[in-house]
Amino acid sequence: MSESPIVLEAKGITKQFPGVLANDNVNFDLRKGEIHALLGENGAGKSTLMNLLYGLHKPDKGEITVNGKNAIIHSPNDSIELGIGMVHQHFMLIPVFSVAENVMLGDEAVKNGSLDRNSVAKKITDISKQYGLDVDPNALVGTLPVGIQQRVEIVKTLYRNAEIVILDEPTAVLTPQEAEDLFRIMRDLTARGVSIIFITHKLKEVLAVADRITVMRAGRVINTVKPSETDSAQLANMMVGRQVILTVDKQDHEAADEILKVEGITVRDQRDLETVHNVSFSVRGGEVLGIAGVQGNGQTELSEALTGLRSPTSGKVTIDGKDLTGKPPRIITEAGLAHIPEDRQRHGLVLSYSIADNMALCDYYHAPFSSRGVLQPKALDENARKLISAFDVRTPSAFVNAGKLSGGNQQKVIVARELSRNVKLVIANQPTRGLDVGSIEYIHSEIIKMRDRGVAVLLISAELDEIMALSDRIAVMYRGQIVAIVEAKKTTREQLGLWMAGAHVQTA
Amino acid sequence: MDWKRFGFIALIITVLFGVVVVVGQAKQPPLLIITSMLATTIAVATPLTLGALSGVYCERAGVVNIGIEGMMLTAAFFGWLGGIYMFQIYHMDAMVSIVLGVFFAILTGAIMALLHAVLSITFKVDQIIGGTVINILAVGLTGFLNRQLFFGKGSVFGGSVPASPGVLPTIHVPITELFTSICGSSAACLENVQAVNRVFDQKPIAMGAILLVFLSHYVLFNTRWGLRTRAVGEHPKAADTVGINVAKMRYANVLIGGMFAGLAGAYFTIESVPSFEPLLTNGRGFISLAAMIFGNWTPIGAWAAALVFGASQALLINMQIYRDVIPPQWAFLQQSYIVGLTPYILTMFILTGIIGRTTPPAADGVPYEK
Repeated sequence: MSESPIVLEAKGITKQFPGVLANDNVNFDLRKGEIHALLGENGAGKSTLMNLLYGLHKPDKGEITVNGKNAIIHSPNDSIELGIGMVHQHFMLIPVFSVAENVMLGDEAVKNGSLDRNSVAKKITDISKQYGLDVDPNALVGTLPVGIQQRVEIVKTLYRNAEIVILDEPTAVLTPQEAEDLFRIMRDLTARGVSIIFITHKLKEVLAVADRITVMRAGRVINTVKPSETDSAQLANMMVGRQVILTVDKQDHEAADEILKVEGITVRDQRDLETVHNVSFSVRGGEVLGIAGVQGNGQTELSEALTGLRSPTSGKVTIDGKDLTGKPPRIITEAGLAHIPEDRQRHGLVLSYSIADNMALCDYYHAPFSSRGVLQPKALDENARKLISAFDVRTPSAFVNAGKLSGGNQQKVIVARELSRNVKLVIANQPTRGLDVGSIEYIHSEIIKMRDRGVAVLLISAELDEIMALSDRIAVMYRGQIVAIVEAKKTTREQLGLWMAGAHVQTA
Repeated sequence: MDWKRFGFIALIITVLFGVVVVVGQAKQPPLLIITSMLATTIAVATPLTLGALSGVYCERAGVVNIGIEGMMLTAAFFGWLGGIYMFQIYHMDAMVSIVLGVFFAILTGAIMALLHAVLSITFKVDQIIGGTVINILAVGLTGFLNRQLFFGKGSVFGGSVPASPGVLPTIHVPITELFTSICGSSAACLENVQAVNRVFDQKPIAMGAILLVFLSHYVLFNTRWGLRTRAVGEHPKAADTVGINVAKMRYANVLIGGMFAGLAGAYFTIESVPSFEPLLTNGRGFISLAAMIFGNWTPIGAWAAALVFGASQALLINMQIYRDVIPPQWAFLQQSYIVGLTPYILTMFILTGIIGRTTPPAADGVPYEK
């Protein structure tokens, strides 16, 4: 690899955002036909660097060269011109457009004033054949599974003759098998001379697919290494800046009585589509039941139905023997539920309220927080101080608005509020999404503490590693159904991945 | 457009026509009633059609425009005023003055739309508030100028409204002439042909509106412009990442929308009647929006929906003709305030979504921030 020429180089890139130095004198280069992984935690500056390369932002300092020539990139148009294509983490596709329309948008084929859909479809078919990227040009993008949508994004860059492709966290939404397929496509692309920048925070993937790895932390490049010369522990160390325990310390624990019992519930989403279909399971005190599955397979609606945010159309939900089907959230909360919602900013916190107010959201209406209908600021303040120190929330004071905190600290405020109450059941939906390693470790240990205290824990996560690390039993959700429930010890990533992709095998 | 929706539209129009046929059959043969209804429907649907198209352009690009009513009203005033100025002050030919009046109306619509675009795209003001500002501004501005120019002491035209250059002429489509030889000496045949001919003899803006419906449909769904317009209304960030200038596309479409609203305004004072009165648009801009929604943000759908509202207005107009032959059990139809409610009741009914929900563009009403 070392002999192939450098196609893209960024020298001394600095970018300041209000309050953060997102890129601090960053150097990065990409050789022809290689997969160069950019590894780092959320907020390390990877996406900023890529947005600068793609012309979505402008650097304050530093220069970018493409094929040895100084490149001035002011807009995506400039970078497309230079042969740079980007597959964004959140797909830049229009669901109501066809594949061909999405691919040609911005670079349309026009014949006699009309869109020439046929010639675009033909070009897409050619690209599909050449790179093993099977897509139907006439399919409506919104109806395609995410794995295929991602292919459309890649085709979009190749349609524009991109020679440098940036993939931003491409595996976040994929099953392990889909990810394998993506890696195959990536290797096919590099074999044909395309160079790839692969942005990720997943160590395993980097070691599996990259030719070189550049690690970023807090806006700086820490080091560039080859996979053969490093290992997970060393990479994690570079990424976080200290020793990281990659596994969760978890002792065997006897599960007690059944706390949560879900019997045949069916839930419809706001479009009135049945997204959870006849789901049954139970969680006992002192165990963690993990629900694995690719995002969008009904997990959101399931957790909404269990926490009272949405009424199931049929079935029964009981907590500790009490029928709570379709009851409002307050009743369910009072029955002993702690809920860590999927979207912490929209459903977990009131961002414009202080930390102290947010910490009392579940029980502000009774003593000691409320007295004859009037809030007691002293009690709120005391409660907040206690929780801030107990849960290690990094904040200047309890009166700071929740919206001002970092993602990790916001999540700690929610965890503090929910887990400090006397609860029987914890429902945690994507509890560590987008957090730094330190916060992830902390939240994982809190979840295990609850379990060891005899609380039932339902963990919903799209991160298979998280599910495997925390769960005692694992249920796999696919298209609104639980397709398998297994003991965590008796299964493998591969097996779970197959179920997540829809291989229906029932196990006791 | 789904067939359920078109079916509903056809059903309502049939019912409305049927009522008039039943009531009026004592006086005139059904064919004559139907063609007369149809001619009126197409004519009175014109501002609704154009208003709905205005909304389609704006909202497909992601800008909610509830200021169509105000844009129409202002354009109706300035188009009419411009015509009078050309005719009275510059002594231009009546026909030239009328045509210039139409251009003034379109220009006025565009200027009002520019205001909406600046507010909602550049300054990211809440688009509902921006539209409301335009509606309030329109009422105040036209009311004030109308009084100052024509009715106040020492007003420009000395306290009286001068003669306007008139209205656009009806364009005759020579269907009758075409059929004269085919009908031969049969008077009944010729009479029927003449009746049908009335449907096609429309004024220029009414005819133009129908052409614009199909042209807009083609532009929106088959051209580069349309693809980009829909893209910035569905997912502006996606459009941005492929090098499309979101603000520019939105500005352009809001301006086009304004021109359509301006042309709709011209219908009132330059095509329908040659006079202006305060508040003359009377909520038609809002009914246009209902038509746009019921038409699922497509030009042809919006036109079909506009025809329903047109038909209910035509019902009201035709009832006047047959008031002396209305049977006693239908007497309530004489009450214009009952029949006049039809378009408004229909609007409410349609917007409840009983006939199936429609889906607005995903980024409709959402300012784009990088």
